[in-house]
Amino acid sequence: MYRIVTKKILNPSVTQMEIEAPLVARKARAGQFIILRVDDEGERIPLTVAGCDAARGTVKIIFQIVGATTALLGAKNAGEYISDFVGPLGRATETEGVKKVCVVGGGVGCAIAMPAAQEFKRIGAEVTSIIGFRSKDLVILTDEFEACSDRMILMTDDGSAGRHGNVTVPLKELLKSGERFDRILAIGPLVMMKFVAEAARPFDVPVVVSMNPIMIDGTGMCGGCRLSLVRDGKRVTKFACVDGPEFDGYEVDFDEAMTRGRMYAGFERHAYEETCRLLGRA
Amino acid sequence: MAIQQKKHEMPTQAPSVRAHNFDEVALGYTEEIAVEEAQRCLNCKNRPCVEGCPVKIDIPDFIAKIKERDFEGAYGVISKSSSLPAVCGRVCPQETQCESKCTLGIRFEPVGIGRLERFVADRHNERAEAAPERPAPNGHRVAIVGSGPSGLTCAGDLARAGYEVTVYEALHTAGGVLVYGIPEFRLPKRIVAKEVEGLKALGVKVETNVVIGRTLTIDELFEMGFEAVFIGSGAGLPNFMGIPGESLVGVYSANEFLTRSNLMKAYRESPTTPIMKGGRVAVVGGGNVAMDAARTALRLGAEKVYIVYRRSIEELPARREEVEHAEEEGIDFRLLNNPVEILGYTNPGDPRDPKNGSVTGMRCIRMELGEPDASGRRRPVEIPGSEFVLDVDTVVMAIGTSPNPLIKDTTEGLEVNRRGGIIVNEDGLTSRDCVYAGGDAVTGAATVISAMGAGKTAARAIDAYLSGK
Repeated sequence: MYRIVTKKILNPSVTQMEIEAPLVARKARAGQFIILRVDDEGERIPLTVAGCDAARGTVKIIFQIVGATTALLGAKNAGEYISDFVGPLGRATETEGVKKVCVVGGGVGCAIAMPAAQEFKRIGAEVTSIIGFRSKDLVILTDEFEACSDRMILMTDDGSAGRHGNVTVPLKELLKSGERFDRILAIGPLVMMKFVAEAARPFDVPVVVSMNPIMIDGTGMCGGCRLSLVRDGKRVTKFACVDGPEFDGYEVDFDEAMTRGRMYAGFERHAYEETCRLLGRA
Repeated sequence: MAIQQKKHEMPTQAPSVRAHNFDEVALGYTEEIAVEEAQRCLNCKNRPCVEGCPVKIDIPDFIAKIKERDFEGAYGVISKSSSLPAVCGRVCPQETQCESKCTLGIRFEPVGIGRLERFVADRHNERAEAAPERPAPNGHRVAIVGSGPSGLTCAGDLARAGYEVTVYEALHTAGGVLVYGIPEFRLPKRIVAKEVEGLKALGVKVETNVVIGRTLTIDELFEMGFEAVFIGSGAGLPNFMGIPGESLVGVYSANEFLTRSNLMKAYRESPTTPIMKGGRVAVVGGGNVAMDAARTALRLGAEKVYIVYRRSIEELPARREEVEHAEEEGIDFRLLNNPVEILGYTNPGDPRDPKNGSVTGMRCIRMELGEPDASGRRRPVEIPGSEFVLDVDTVVMAIGTSPNPLIKDTTEGLEVNRRGGIIVNEDGLTSRDCVYAGGDAVTGAATVISAMGAGKTAARAIDAYLSGK
C-alpha cells in the first residue's frame, strides 16, 4: 500500500498528489512514468512523473479526471492509501548537449512538460516555454514554468488568459523570426503534438514528443502500447513503455495513435459515468 | 488381470457447458480412479519416465505410493523434486516428456503420470494444514528477479536449504505467467496463490511492484547485501508478423489479450479493465498460448473463433490435451493458412466515425508443406493465388515473444545472444559473477516445467557456490 502524502486541487479537473514510494522517488527522472492501481480491483493506469523528493521518499503526480480510475483516485484524500504504485518506467528525457530548447505543453500535458523544463534549466540550457490551455479556468503551473523558463508564453484557445490562440501560433512566430532551437519538446494532446511537428518541419528543428498510449504492465510484456514510426519510408513498430515514452515527432504516426487511443472510448465513458454515480456526483 | 489399455479418462466439464464459463475444465481423478490408474504402472526396471522429466521426479516411486493408498507419501516423493506439483500436473506437456518414455506406452497408452501428479498435489493441498517447518537460516541472502515458475522454484529450493530469499515481481501479483498468461480454466489462480503462500511460509519474501532494471538494478541488489541473484524475468515483448494492419483497433498480442482477461479480470461481469467481447476472432499461432487465447475468446462470448496456423496438425506445438479440448469446444482450426494482411474499416465521408481503424477481416493465403527446415519440421510454402479473406473483427497474435531488454540494458557485462536471450552455462551462471538466469529470459518462450528445471539447476549452483564460501 502506498500513502497519499499531500493532495492539491490545481483546477476543477486536475489534481496533484504526492505519493510515498521511496524506491521510485530515489530513481525517477523527468520524462519517466509510473503505473498505479487505486484499489485491489482496479485497472492499471500510467501517469507521468511530475517531480519527486528523494529525501521525503515522495513522487508527485498530476492527473486530469477523465475516467473511472482517475475519478476514484481524485476522490482519495491525503493520508489515505492506494494499492499499487510501480516505477519509474520508460526512458528519461534526454537533455544532453541541449543549449537552447523550446518546451511546448498543452493542457494537463504541462504537468509532464514542467519537470522536463526544470531539468533543461538545471543543466544550463536556455528555456522557452509555451503552455496552452482551453481557457483561464484550466490554466495550471504558470508559477513553476515562470521559475524555470527564460521566456514563458501562455496561450488560451478562447483568449481568456495570456494570448489568444493555440501553442503553434507563437512557435511559428519564433521559428520565422529566426530563433534557432536545438530541440523542441512537445507534450500534450496527440493532435497538438502532431501540429507542433508540422509547424517545426520546415525549419528542420528536432522535435521530441511524449506518447501516452493505452498500456497494461508498462514493463515490455503486453505490447498494447505499440505505435508506428515511419523511418526512411518504412514502418517500424515501437513500444512506448520500453522504447519511449519520448519519440521523434517527425516519425510518429499520430493518426494511428489517435485511432488506437479511442479503442475503448465507449467502455471508458460508461465506466466513468458509473463511477461518478457511485461517488455521488452525477 | 489384463492391463487396461487406455488411460483412465479425466473427468471434465462437458464442452457445451465449459465453453461458457471460466471454471476449470479438467476436474481431476477421484481416489478410486487414481489407484486404478496407478496399477497400470509396470514399475519397470529401467524407469525411462524419470529421464523424460526435466526435474527428474521419482515417478515410479510416487505411483507405487498411490497403489498403496499412501497419498501423502506420494506427495513427499514428488515434492523432493518439484516445488509446484499442482501446477505441473496441469500444464506440463507430459506427452512429450515423462509419458512419451513410458514402457507401457510402447503397446498401449502410457500411464497418466500428469493426472496422477495432479491428483496427489490437489489431495495434499486440500488437507494440508500445518505450515512447513522453517529451516534454520544459513545467513546467506539471495535475490530472485521474477515470480514465475523458474523464480518460484529457485526461491523454494534455496529457502528449504536455509537461504534468506527475496523475490522481486514487477506486477502487482506474484506468479508471473502462471497468473497473467495461463487462464483460470486451465490453471485456477487459487492454486498458484497457494504455492506462493507455501513459499512465504518457508520464509521467502515477495516484493511486488518492483521492476528490476528500473526500480532497482542488478548491481544495486548486490549493494543491498544479496550475495547472488537469479534472473527469471520471463519472456518479453510480443512478436508481431510485420504484415499491414497489425496496429488496427481489435488486434492484440496474446500477452495483452490474456493479461487483460487473466490478471486484470476483464472476463468478469463489470470489469475495470476492458477487453473485446463477442464477435468473430482469429488467433494466429499454434502453441499453448494460442489455444489459451482462442478458448478465452470463446468464453468471453465470441460467436466464432478460429486458430490460424501455417503448418499442419502434426506440427502444432500445443499440448495435445489443449488441442483436443479446443476442438471439442468448437474452435475452428484453419491449418496451413497464413495471414498476409489485416483489413480495417475507413469511412471516407466521416473521419470521426468511431468504427474507423477497426478490424473488418484478415486476408490469408493457403500453404502446403515443403522440405524440412532447420527445426526439422516441413517448411510451409505459399500456394500462389490461394488468398482469401477470413471474416473477423478481432485478431490475436500468438506467435511468440522476444526477451525483455530492461535488465540487459541496465546490467553491465551481462551477455545476451543474437535474439536477446541471456547467455548462461550449464549451471545457469551468466557472464556476470554470482548472477544466474533461467526460464524464458534465457531460452525464449518455452514451457513451465523447463523454466522450473532451470530454476532448480541455478538453485543447486548458487547453493554450491555460497555454501563453499
